[in-house]
Amino acid sequence: MKEYTYYPGCTGEASGRACDISARNVAQTLGVDLIELPDWNCCGATTYLSMDAGRAMALSARNLALAESQGRDLVAICSGCFSMLSKANHRMADHGEMRGKITRALGAVGLEYHGTTRVRHLLDVFVNDVGEGAIRDSVAKDLKGLRVAAYYGCQLSRPKGMFDDPEFPTSLDRILSWLGAEPVWYPVKAKCCGGMLMTSQSKVCERLVGKLLSVAVEAGAECIATICPLCQINLEGYQKRISKVFGTHLDIPVFYFTQLMGVAMGMGEKELHLSENLTPSEAIAARC
Amino acid sequence: MANTDVSARNAGELNRLFLQELRLVPEWEKIKVCIQCGTCTASCPTSWAMDIKPREIMGLFRAGRLDKVLRSNSVWICASCYSCTVRCPSGVKVSDVMYALRAIGMKHGLLPKGEKYPALAQAFAKVVDKYGRNAESELLARFYLRSDPLGLCKQLWLGLRLFRRGRLALLPKGIRGRDDIHKMMAELEREDRG
Repeated sequence: MKEYTYYPGCTGEASGRACDISARNVAQTLGVDLIELPDWNCCGATTYLSMDAGRAMALSARNLALAESQGRDLVAICSGCFSMLSKANHRMADHGEMRGKITRALGAVGLEYHGTTRVRHLLDVFVNDVGEGAIRDSVAKDLKGLRVAAYYGCQLSRPKGMFDDPEFPTSLDRILSWLGAEPVWYPVKAKCCGGMLMTSQSKVCERLVGKLLSVAVEAGAECIATICPLCQINLEGYQKRISKVFGTHLDIPVFYFTQLMGVAMGMGEKELHLSENLTPSEAIAARC
Repeated sequence: MANTDVSARNAGELNRLFLQELRLVPEWEKIKVCIQCGTCTASCPTSWAMDIKPREIMGLFRAGRLDKVLRSNSVWICASCYSCTVRCPSGVKVSDVMYALRAIGMKHGLLPKGEKYPALAQAFAKVVDKYGRNAESELLARFYLRSDPLGLCKQLWLGLRLFRRGRLALLPKGIRGRDDIHKMMAELEREDRG
């Protein structure tokens, strides 16, 4: 078992519960031991960053400091968390004024951060640490050519492209093909789902999500796989409303990627919580 | 004429505040070498909905007219997708420019009428400061009741579907280090004031 420090993120405790649970179970099967970071706090997210960069970075840095004392890579399952934790790390390394701010904030509670925590996304760990052989070996129930649109969204590979191409990532497509699925040609795979705009600017956001869904359908995808709980809920939660706007009928299942991995590993409801998805994912799982 | 002078002076002051904020971004100076090519606008998935496009924002900064930008909806329509940032041939971190503009808008109350994101961000900060983590239900309740009661009705159906599937955590989970979060935020606030 290789050990990692695990950062579930706030969404993983609520609307993204199935992402968290399936991630833990699939990781376990692949020999990836996710040890939850004790007393982790919110990463700050784009929302806090929109108010005050210093405070947002300090929030992320508390997690980095706590993780540093554990001495393992810090793994996130949400692109927002991954992006914010990475940003705080980069600011610590390359920006004196921000480093000073973060250091003083941490110092006020007796914490120190030396900049050694490596931030990872679970997808990165699976593709690059676990790798093709072990993932192929874990398959108990081949996905039998299931046509999947692999959706990455924005903050996984942008701005830095830390482990995949910023504009045309392929990590998830590769994993899906190792499971026996057939990733479809999905040119909008790194386009934006709008994130929190679904709350503040729903009309703008519906247009973005509508495009992502309709391109997947046109490409012949039977379902979509996401790597972020917020993308997952944006893509599956508003299909009826968006169908009205677009004058079409959208009803395409949207999985968190570890749910699909779990299906291929022969896992069931207890490990994957497929019944919590708002779109009809169980039928797809049953077919495989 | 006097009015123009005053607005110009305020706009100049705004540029100073903006640069103070932008300095927290590595390589912030790159904004000075924007070549006005429009790659940012063309790459932006939401520029079609912006009153003032990203390229124009860079130009208005140079012209000392950020007041115009902050009166528009633009920075609140940015989804932080970083497409502009990875494509800018001059290396301007356009997404971070947007964050800096949002932050001065929030800090100085320069917000466009009817825009809901600032209230969402305030509610988010309140919840995170209180518990150390986000509590989705409380955040959305705070936000919708205050800024968008009609939106709450629209969201109730989704809320119900999530609730039925156990995806709505009604009770917030506070962390043990809540006091530490308060102290860290207080330290930064003290620093800002000092």
